Amino acid sequence: MPASTIPTKAKADSLQARVAKGRRGPPLAWVGWAFLILLAVVTVTYIASKAWSNPVLFLQNLLDGLKLGFVYALIALGYTMVYGIVKLINFAHGDVFMVGAFTSFYAVSRFRLHEWPGAVFPGMPPGLSIVIGSLTVVLLSMAVCVILAVTIERVAYKPLRDAPRIAALITAIGVSFFLEFFGALPFVFSGRFIPYKAPFPTTAWYVKDGIHPIVSGTASPDNTISFSNIFLFIAAASILVQILLQFIVKRTKVGIAMRASSYDKSTARLMGINVDQIISFTFAIGSAFAGLGGVLYAIAYSSIWTQLGILPGLKAFVAAVLGGIGSIPGAFVGALIMGQAEAMTMSYISTPMRDAVAFTILIIVLLVKPTGLFGEPAQEKA
Amino acid sequence: MELGYLASTIVKMVALVAWIYGLLWGLGRKKVWQKAATLVLAFAVIQAIIWTKIGDFALFSAFDQGLLFQAITMTMVALGLNLIYGFNGQFSLAQWGFYGIGAYCAADITYRWTNGDASGLIVVGLGVILGALALAGVGRLLKMKRGVPVLSAFTFYLFALVTVGLVAVWLGSFLSPICTPLFGTPDAPGPLGSPIALQAVFFLSVIFAGAFAAEVSFLFGLPVLSLGSDYFGIATLGFAIVVKTLLVNSDTILGFKEMKGGRGMLGIPKVTTWAWAFVFLVIVIVIIRNFIRSSTGRATLAVREDEIAARAMGIDVAGNKLLSFVVGSFVAGIGGAIYAHYMGFLAPASFDFIAGFNPLIIVVFGGLGSMTGTIAAAFGWIFFLEGFLRILLGQLGTDAPSWRFVLYPIALLLLMLVRPQGLLGTVEWGFFKAEGARKRLKQALGAVQRTGAQKAGE
Repeated sequence: MPASTIPTKAKADSLQARVAKGRRGPPLAWVGWAFLILLAVVTVTYIASKAWSNPVLFLQNLLDGLKLGFVYALIALGYTMVYGIVKLINFAHGDVFMVGAFTSFYAVSRFRLHEWPGAVFPGMPPGLSIVIGSLTVVLLSMAVCVILAVTIERVAYKPLRDAPRIAALITAIGVSFFLEFFGALPFVFSGRFIPYKAPFPTTAWYVKDGIHPIVSGTASPDNTISFSNIFLFIAAASILVQILLQFIVKRTKVGIAMRASSYDKSTARLMGINVDQIISFTFAIGSAFAGLGGVLYAIAYSSIWTQLGILPGLKAFVAAVLGGIGSIPGAFVGALIMGQAEAMTMSYISTPMRDAVAFTILIIVLLVKPTGLFGEPAQEKA
Repeated sequence: MELGYLASTIVKMVALVAWIYGLLWGLGRKKVWQKAATLVLAFAVIQAIIWTKIGDFALFSAFDQGLLFQAITMTMVALGLNLIYGFNGQFSLAQWGFYGIGAYCAADITYRWTNGDASGLIVVGLGVILGALALAGVGRLLKMKRGVPVLSAFTFYLFALVTVGLVAVWLGSFLSPICTPLFGTPDAPGPLGSPIALQAVFFLSVIFAGAFAAEVSFLFGLPVLSLGSDYFGIATLGFAIVVKTLLVNSDTILGFKEMKGGRGMLGIPKVTTWAWAFVFLVIVIVIIRNFIRSSTGRATLAVREDEIAARAMGIDVAGNKLLSFVVGSFVAGIGGAIYAHYMGFLAPASFDFIAGFNPLIIVVFGGLGSMTGTIAAAFGWIFFLEGFLRILLGQLGTDAPSWRFVLYPIALLLLMLVRPQGLLGTVEWGFFKAEGARKRLKQALGAVQRTGAQKAGE
């Protein structure tokens, strides 16, 4: 900064004087804030009154929202990391998520991959066999997603790295459509809804004076909260992934290189970082988690089709923006908020409006705090 | 049979593109009578072809006519999108949503009218007119204070429009019962029940539908256009998704029983004729062309090229983006209204955001910032892909038509990789060409060169 632009004491004084005179901020800003606060107050009061009248239902919604939120968190990581480095809304990420779900479907239902430990080692205890089998399925899906995402990155995004951002966005949308409709062809995945069979047995519990298992075929008592082992798996996986990613980004060399590349690509290159490789690596990590999320989502909602990824993908993106795009804990928190917002909307307003809420949140966040909850101030990009 | 069909389709396509180019060329003539003669001739040629029937053989079958109307609506939507995306650089996926809004709005007006209920026309008409006045008034008031934040401005506009909407509904509940007796019975139609009244109402409904879409786009665009390019894209995609969701639940959430939600709206009077379609096509072409060729249009181009430089030139960047977004949506609303009254049936599935990529691909193919290219691409698109390819692929097998949606993205990808500015670039023709621009440029360059030479001589 040249010396002449450093504010002198006199200038600072005049600034203070101007502030004291009352010229602060744009005019009528309070109107917008009042509108938002009114909106928030109405929403909170409405939900609070509903929660007061039926607290059990509210808690159940909270739990459902957490389940959604944890899945969104897994997808949002990929969005936030990729956006952090290449400033691209990787629209095809939701479809990578879909491919993960389909891979596990084929692995489980067609090829019975989850039964391999029992088949190879007949003496293995069934519990261990199920665990190893399911993990194999998950790892396979993650691997397929990684290969797919890195291919997409190399073929479609890399040539456009210096093109206008909109060209890259359109390409991403094109890739996304290609995956959806290519998948919908009858000899690929088929365009129908397919019932999904989980690789492990589902058990559910209800809470009433302690936790009791729900016996299948019988109804759980009224006014109880129920949850299943799937919820526990989703929560555990999501939290584990957060910790793992935090470790990778903060502690490892690759993580440091990723942060350096997201900060300044050309300087990172000068420092001897292979930026292209780092970008591919980012896509790989993000899509691995998307694949994991796809498997868990399919298990949790037990029906898959080729356009499964669009809306969860978009909502996860909104979650990433809400938390501050580029920030990993932000994506997690944003995803949990999105999950709650969606669950509450579904339960208290109307089910179809769940998508509208997501985009309303996106618009409000971008207007009020474009950097999101945890984001750093955006850098101008030419 | 396929070969004959292929040949005839190609002939029709080429003839139509030639017809469009002739129309544009004629409209670009200087004298008014030349323009008028072109319009009459252009209208008459197609009308004659539609009327020509030699025995069983129709030169322009009902299927082809359907394609023609589709091509015209698609042209309108794509021209609007080209204004937003091609000329102003705002990547919008909401165009299809405004198309749907326009279609349903106009369809509801005429549907109610044919069922002896004037409330649709009165409420929408009053709402649109009062809404425009309210928006203008609020805009005037907000201009008196400099630098009002977007959120506050949005709040003011939102409350103004909601109030106006309530007032319109309230007035409509008074006025429409007065009109009801004038409709008469089906056997003895009153003055409002006559076919001529229906034509007039159709015209009004198209205009009101466009205006309604424009006002919605104003309210939506005001906050969203300030988000920045790719966030704007995602938010507009969200808009298209929400519009479709609302249309699917139009009978429950919105409370319009006659729209019948996801089952589709039946019984819309099929009023769109070639004459109406032609009139609105010409109106849209003239609106878009005059917008681009005005000083506002040049500001629009400047905003696309460089926002910061445009702001430095004194252009109100946010206002300019909003204006072109609103005009584009207006045109899309008109297209939707034409479509609704040609089909006579509306289903939310046709307003799915995936179908919304068609106008985008048309604009990209036709060239970002080329109106001529957009029109040609829209006609070619409909006649080749919707007409010919659908039939050809359908004969290859039942699954083959789904290949279209695999081929579109690949085409889009290739185009983005090879020619991001569009297939035809910014080539213009006839009516759209800036006459004498090149000559003036040459003169200016010559003057600069002369002064340069003089200076060098000194």
